[in-house]
Formats: sequence, C-alpha cells, structure tokens
Amino acid sequence: MVVNYAQLAWLASAEVLLVITALAVLAVDLKLRSSATPERRRSVALGLGATGCALGIVWLLVAAPDGSAPGGMLVSDALTRLVKVILLALTVGTLGLSGRSTFTPHVGEYVAVILLGGVGMMLIAGTENVLMMFLALELASLSLYILAGFAKRDPRSMEAALKYFLFGGMAAAFLLFGLSFVYGVSGSIEFRGMGAGLAGQKMIPLLLVGLVMVLVGLGFKVAAVPFHFWAPDAYEGAPTPVAAFIAAGSKVAAFFLVAKLSLLAFAQVGGSAAWGAFVPGWTPLVAVVAAASMLVGNFAALAQRNVKRLLAYSAVAHAGYALVGVVGAGSGSVATVTFYAATYAVTALGAFGVVGVVEAVAGGSDFSHFAGLSRRSPGLALAFGILVLSLAGIPPLVGFFAKFYVFLGALTPVGGQGPMALLWLVGLGIATTCVSFYYYLRLLKVVFVEDPPADSRTISPGVGEWAVVVVTTVLVVLVGCAPALFLGPLQAALASVGLGR
Amino acid sequence: MFFLLTIVVSLAGALGVYLVGSRRPEGARRLALAAAVAGLVFAVAGAVQLGAPKGLVTQVRMPWVPSLGIEFHLAADGVSSVLVLLAGIASVSGILFSWNVERRANEFFALYLLLIAGVYGVFLSFDLFQFFAFYELAIVPKYFLIAIWGSTRREYGAMKLALYSFIGSAMVLVGVLAIYAVSGLHTFDLTRLAGTSLPIGFQVWAFPLVFVGFAILAGLWPFHTWAPTGHVAAPTAASMLLAGVVMKLGAYGALRVGLMVMPAGAKYWGATMAALAATGIVYAALVALVQQDFKFVIGYSSVSHMGFVLLGLAVANRAGLAGAVLQMFSHGVIAGLLFGVVGRMVYDRTHTRELSMLEGLGLARRLPFAAGVFTLASVASMGLPGFSGFVAELQVLGGAWQRFPVAALAAGVGVVLSVAFTLRVLQRSFLPDAPTVAAAGGGSMEHPEPITIPEKLGAVMLLGTSLAVGLYPRVLLEWIDSGLAGPLFGGLRRVMGWS
Repeated sequence: MVVNYAQLAWLASAEVLLVITALAVLAVDLKLRSSATPERRRSVALGLGATGCALGIVWLLVAAPDGSAPGGMLVSDALTRLVKVILLALTVGTLGLSGRSTFTPHVGEYVAVILLGGVGMMLIAGTENVLMMFLALELASLSLYILAGFAKRDPRSMEAALKYFLFGGMAAAFLLFGLSFVYGVSGSIEFRGMGAGLAGQKMIPLLLVGLVMVLVGLGFKVAAVPFHFWAPDAYEGAPTPVAAFIAAGSKVAAFFLVAKLSLLAFAQVGGSAAWGAFVPGWTPLVAVVAAASMLVGNFAALAQRNVKRLLAYSAVAHAGYALVGVVGAGSGSVATVTFYAATYAVTALGAFGVVGVVEAVAGGSDFSHFAGLSRRSPGLALAFGILVLSLAGIPPLVGFFAKFYVFLGALTPVGGQGPMALLWLVGLGIATTCVSFYYYLRLLKVVFVEDPPADSRTISPGVGEWAVVVVTTVLVVLVGCAPALFLGPLQAALASVGLGR
Repeated sequence: MFFLLTIVVSLAGALGVYLVGSRRPEGARRLALAAAVAGLVFAVAGAVQLGAPKGLVTQVRMPWVPSLGIEFHLAADGVSSVLVLLAGIASVSGILFSWNVERRANEFFALYLLLIAGVYGVFLSFDLFQFFAFYELAIVPKYFLIAIWGSTRREYGAMKLALYSFIGSAMVLVGVLAIYAVSGLHTFDLTRLAGTSLPIGFQVWAFPLVFVGFAILAGLWPFHTWAPTGHVAAPTAASMLLAGVVMKLGAYGALRVGLMVMPAGAKYWGATMAALAATGIVYAALVALVQQDFKFVIGYSSVSHMGFVLLGLAVANRAGLAGAVLQMFSHGVIAGLLFGVVGRMVYDRTHTRELSMLEGLGLARRLPFAAGVFTLASVASMGLPGFSGFVAELQVLGGAWQRFPVAALAAGVGVVLSVAFTLRVLQRSFLPDAPTVAAAGGGSMEHPEPITIPEKLGAVMLLGTSLAVGLYPRVLLEWIDSGLAGPLFGGLRRVMGWS
C-alpha cells in the first residue's frame, strides 16, 4: 500500500484549510492579546474562523476534490462533499451564535477548538475505514469535551464537560473494542471490506457482542437511549453555542456515519426487525434503541422546565426518529437519515440561537425566562415558534417532511420484507410525536400566551445571532414547502456514488 | 383557478395582517375582512364556474416531490365546491363577529386567516400528502386562538383540543403511510388510490384507524369531549370556525380518505360506526338538555348534529352521503350563527353565560335583534322545514332507514331531543316566563351596547344562507350528487351496491 501524500492532501484539502485557519486564529489572537479590546479580539477570531469555513465551502463546491485514498481512509465524492458543506455551514452557524461568548476570555482557543471539532466531523463524514473513523470521532469528541467546559467559572459547565468526557471515554472504549471483534470476524477494517467479509456470516456470539459494543459507542454519539444520560446535563451546562454545535454538527456527522456503516458494513448481518419475525443482527438492535429513544426522549421531555434540557430530551427523541431511518429503507437509508439529521441540525441550531439570545438578556433558560417573548421580541418569537413547530413535525415545515420521509422509508419493502414489517416502529414513532406535541405546545404557550414579567427588557439579538436565526428559519420554511430543494441534490449525490435507490 | 386563489389570498392576508402590527387593530381587522371577502368571492366564483361537473376537475397539478410520488394536486368536485363555499361564508361571518377584538388583533386575524387557508386547502386537496399537510396546518392556529383569546379554562380547553386533534391526525398518518405502502402504486394521488382496490384484510384494520382518526375531529362519540370544552373556551370567532368548518374537516377526511379509498372497510365497519354516531346524537342531546352554561348547550348540540353527518357517512348510501355533506354545510352555517349569538351578542355584553343569570336579564327586551336571530337560528337548528337543517337531516334519516333502521330510530329520537334542548335554552335565555329584572346580582348590563352593524351583517348572512338552502336545496344537492356520481366514488358505489 503506497501512500501518496499529495493525494491525501488533495482529498483532505478542505480539512487542511480549516486546520490552517484554526492555527491562524490562534496566532492572530496571540498577537492581539495585549493590544486589542476583548470585543475586537472576539470579532477578529470569529470573523477569521467564519471566513475559513466559507472558503472551505467554496473550495468543496468549486474544486470538488474527488477520489479515495487506499483502504478507504479518505473518501471524497459528491456525497461526502455535500455532507461536509453542511457541516461547514453548521460550524459557521455556531461561530455566528458565539458573538456574545463573554463566558471566556480565550476567544482564540475557543474558535480554534470549534474549527478543530469541525475538522473531526468532516473526517467522520469522509472516511470508509474504521480506524480513521475512530480517530475522527475522537478528534470531534475531544474538541466538544473541551468546548463544553469552556465557561471555566461556571461549575455547571465543568459538570457538563466532565460528564460528557467520562461517558464519551467509556463509549469510545466500547466502540474500539467492538470494532476489533467485528474486524476479527470479517477480516477487514474497511467498511466495504467488512461488508464483503460478513457476507453469509452466521450470527456467532463474537460478532453479536461486537455489534452490540459498536452500537453502544455510536449510540453515545447520537445520544440514543440508553446511552443518552450525558445529554441533558451537557446541553444545560455547556455554553449555548457549544450546545448548538453538539446538537447540530456532531449529530449530522454521527448519523451520516451510522447510516453509511449500516449500509456498507453491516448490511449482510442486518437481520430483521420485522414484527413477529425478528432475526438477530444489526437492524433489530438499532430498532430497539430507536424505539427506546423515541419513548424515553419524548416522555422525559414532558417533565422539563428548562428549555435547554427540553431540547436535549427532544434531541434524544429525534435521534430515535433518525434511527428508524437506519432500520428501514435498505439502500435508501442513507438518504432518509442524512435528510433527517441535516434538517434537524439546522432547526436545532436556530432554536439554540434563540435560547442563547434569551439567556443572555433574561439570565437563564428556564421556561419563566421565556414568558411573553412574543411581546418582548416579536420577530424572535415568530422564528422560535416556527423552529419549535418544525421540531414537533407540523407541516409545511421541514420537520414534518423529514419524519414523513423516514417513516415512508421504513415502510418500503426491502428484500423479502413486506411493506408492513416495520409498521410497529412507525406506529410507535407517530404515537410518540403526539406526546411531543404536548411539551412543544407548552413551550410555545409560555412564549406566546403568558404575559411577560413586569420588569422585562426588550430582547434584541446581535447581528450574528439574527443572521443564524433568520437563515435557519427561512430554510426550515423553504425546504419544508419544497423538500426537493435539498432532496434533489442529496439523491443526485447518492446516485452518483451508487448508493441511490 | 379561482379555487387556488382562495388559499393564496388567505395566506397572503395572514401575512399582511401580521405585518400591520399590534398598534393598529382597526387596520388589521379591515385587511382581514378584505382577505376573507376576497376568499368568499373566489369560492363563489370557483363554485359557479365549476357548476355540477361529472367527477373531478383539476385546477392545479404539478410534481412536488417526484421521487416519492408526491404531487401538488388542487382539484374540486361538487362535494368540494359545497364545502369551499361553506368555508368562505364561515370565514367572513367569523370576522364580522369578532370586530371587537382589540388585544393583539394582528396576531388574532393572522392566525384566523392561516386556519382558513388550511381549511380551503383540505377541501381542495387530492394528493394525500398535501391533504394531510393542510389538515395539520389548520390545527395549530386553533390552539393559539383559544389559548390566547379564549375565556373559560382557555389553556386547558386549547390543549385538550390540540392533543385530541393531533392524536386523530397521528392515526390518520399511520393509515396514510400504510395505504401508500400497501397499494404499491408509489403515489399519494387520491384519484388513483380511490380507483385501486386494496386488500380486504388491510382495509378491515386500516379503515377504523383512518375513519376514527378523522372522526375525532368531527366529534365522534366517545371521542367528542374535546368539542364542548374547546368550544366553550374559544373566543367567538374561533368557536364559530371550530363548529362551522373545522369539525367538517374531520368528516370530510373520513369521506375522502376513509370511504373513498377503503370502501370494503367502510362496509365492514358500517354498523359499528352507525351505532357510535347514533349514540353520539342521543347522548350529546341528553347532555345538552341539562347544561347550565349557554355555550355548553350549543357545544353539545354541535356534537349531536355532527352525529348526523357521521351517521350519513357510516350508512354510505347515496341518500346518506348526500345528506351528510349537506348537513356539513347546514350545520356549519347554523352552528356558526348560534355561537356568534352566544359568544358575541350575549356574552361580550353580559359577561355571563349562566342560564340562571341570563334568565333575569330580560334579554329579549334589551337585545331584541339578538333574540330574534337566536329564535330563528333555534328554529333552523331544530330542523324545522324551511331551513337547511331539515333537508339535510331528513336525507340522512332516509338513508339510514334503508340500512340501519335502529340507528335511524335512535337518530329520530335525537331530533326530538334537539327540539327539547333548543327550546329550553331559548326559553331560559331570551324568553323567560317572567323576566325578573336583575335578579341575583347578574346584571352588569344596565345599558348594553347596541348590536353593531358587523354583527347584524354576519347574522343576516348566515340566516339568509340557511334559509336559502332550506327553501331551495336543489342547487347544493345537484352539486353533491354530481360529486357522488363521479368516478372517485366508483369503488364505494360498487361495494355498497348503489349507483
């Protein structure tokens, strides 16, 4: 296996660009440290970071590096480029929400770590090799652990980082151990090689243990039940832009990975999650996790009085819906899962943006801080209403179509499996959305119905926050009304790499 | 093309009204009225242009999400026409009856018009995805209309209504997805799905799911309890819309998606559904008989009258269906009127709906116009000849008699009961035997504001419509019959054995 460094640099050019940007941000911030005001340092660092991401997007769209490194270490094709563009856009959004990051004086490091996290996520999306996948996951996770604890003076931020780190470290160990078992059975560390190696493989205990352990590791990343315990605390304690990054960027990367891994590597040991005809394998495992996530996430969210915790449990529930896409749809699953994760990420980013603005002015993210938001900032409340209704899955917003698409995918006949095989999972999913309507509506009731506190100030977001909230809201409405705007390019990309239906 | 404009003008109106801002309620009201009137004009123009076509006339049809077989398919047959007309009439009269909304008026009318857009959309959608999207679009504004501007236990009533609606629509969604998957046609086109015959075994379990899911919104017993609470909690315009058109969405969905697509399931479950409907008619009428709150009486009367619609659907023969659709129209008009009188003309002036208090106020003397309108509306609601309710309920009873005589008898008892509770409430509110003025401290209306012009306009419009349909039902019946004779109902006609 001859490694051609020029080719590697070419395939990872966008990532390299982002790393250079991160280093540049650090250097410039070091230079400005003594001379400039904190505000200026912040705007320079954020501006530089956002520019780097924007250049990365342009590069991916224009130069379009294509090909793959030996062993599937780095894969760059239309599909991974599309996902990377989404990840970069979400990173820019995170930077946009960080305009008020008064929680830390170390803005240079903050922006640099965000960018490195972005690099990790892009690498997750751009590999078909479990070794590289693990490294990329670790890069992304370590960045997020650091970011979660960035508000050093806030004990809750510390708690969030520690919990996230401990759970994450454990999950990573499981993942690595599990992958080694699967490697032992299949004899390959490439996704496709694994798939070939597992063809016709019986479900021996070693493989089953390996699959379960992989599921534990990945389940942690996507915050699926029962590996979700870190999520509420991390979301609540972490600085809000970081929580947005965890909810948006890392979810897209992780779900894309899960979908690809399921299709390329584990399809041969998929088993069946059909009602009454379970066959042990990957999909019934995922189905159980999906069902548990939808149930636990939605029911636990009912009891929340803090908007960030509510969004955390809603994220758990959404992970369940996205995993329904992994269970069903066969070769269409990459399309459904990516569509779901990407649209969810955009919605969550906007919602966290609103939460961050309210938090900065009202001093917290409890329901009471949101009381009468529609009177204090009508535009912000309208955007929040649209974003939350999209999370709830109300047409014509994109959250509805995403759910519809996932459920439809699950009811598509695949192989010997009839159209009704997964109706139990779909029915459960739709039933739990009814539960979710209650807490989403209750949140909106606080915003639109309750009266604002007497001494409340008007709430006005900064430029970056406005931009993120407006853009995400517009996207939610636009793609919701015309899903083909995103579905078209996605399916075209999938078809070009031979993963289309 | 006119029908498309009803949706467009309502959506544009909603946006425009919202942008007027909260400081200028007068401007918001006027713009909202203009949008609603424009919608009504387009509805009438569209209906007249359509006439009584044989089958479905497509207005707009284009691919929406081609890879999933989702289309934007706006079309209408005679049945849609009738209901679009109803939506137009109800929307205009609702705005006339809420002319006194001052608080956050721009949001109120924006949500109102959004709801109207959803309602028009449902009546004109012939793609299941699109149908469902509009159907849900109509639910969310209702929640806010009630929770923000409502009265008695508004937040509870709003949430209950929203959750019942969502549970119903969740059942429908499961059914819709299953229909798509089982049909294997890779399409949501209602015309094609209605033309195919799905496996009987599938229809037997999917039909009740879809039918009940929709019928929850139409007030099917025993899932009707959201209706009275929601109606009572709602502001006048919202309860007018709720009873006037939103409940019809449920019945309409049950007809289009339940009966048309799964006729064999409809036949299998006909007796059960008829029993539920007949129970609802009698039960709600009995409950209405003992209510102390004026609005609860009307709320339960709505459930009872909607029972006739559901009975007609359960019977599923020509007379039953024609009666059901006509009853949707008729009840939409009459219930809107009753809620308008109770909510706007009486409650906004007296600030009480307790019958025992209203008894002492001498309403007939102080608000003679309201008394007159309510008397006429009561007569219409009781189903006396000359008004639309008579024709509709007679049709349903006739249809039911052919298939389920027991249910028809029970519904007949319901008619008698409805006379009883309507007379009781009329007598206690407006025409007490001996008006003991200002008894028991209920009199916060020494000088009631006279009935305003918008109220009069709204009342006259609704009464006129009911009277016109009652005296000359031929036009609407022809439209409905032309719809029922169309190819969309071919499967149903074949299975039920009528033509």
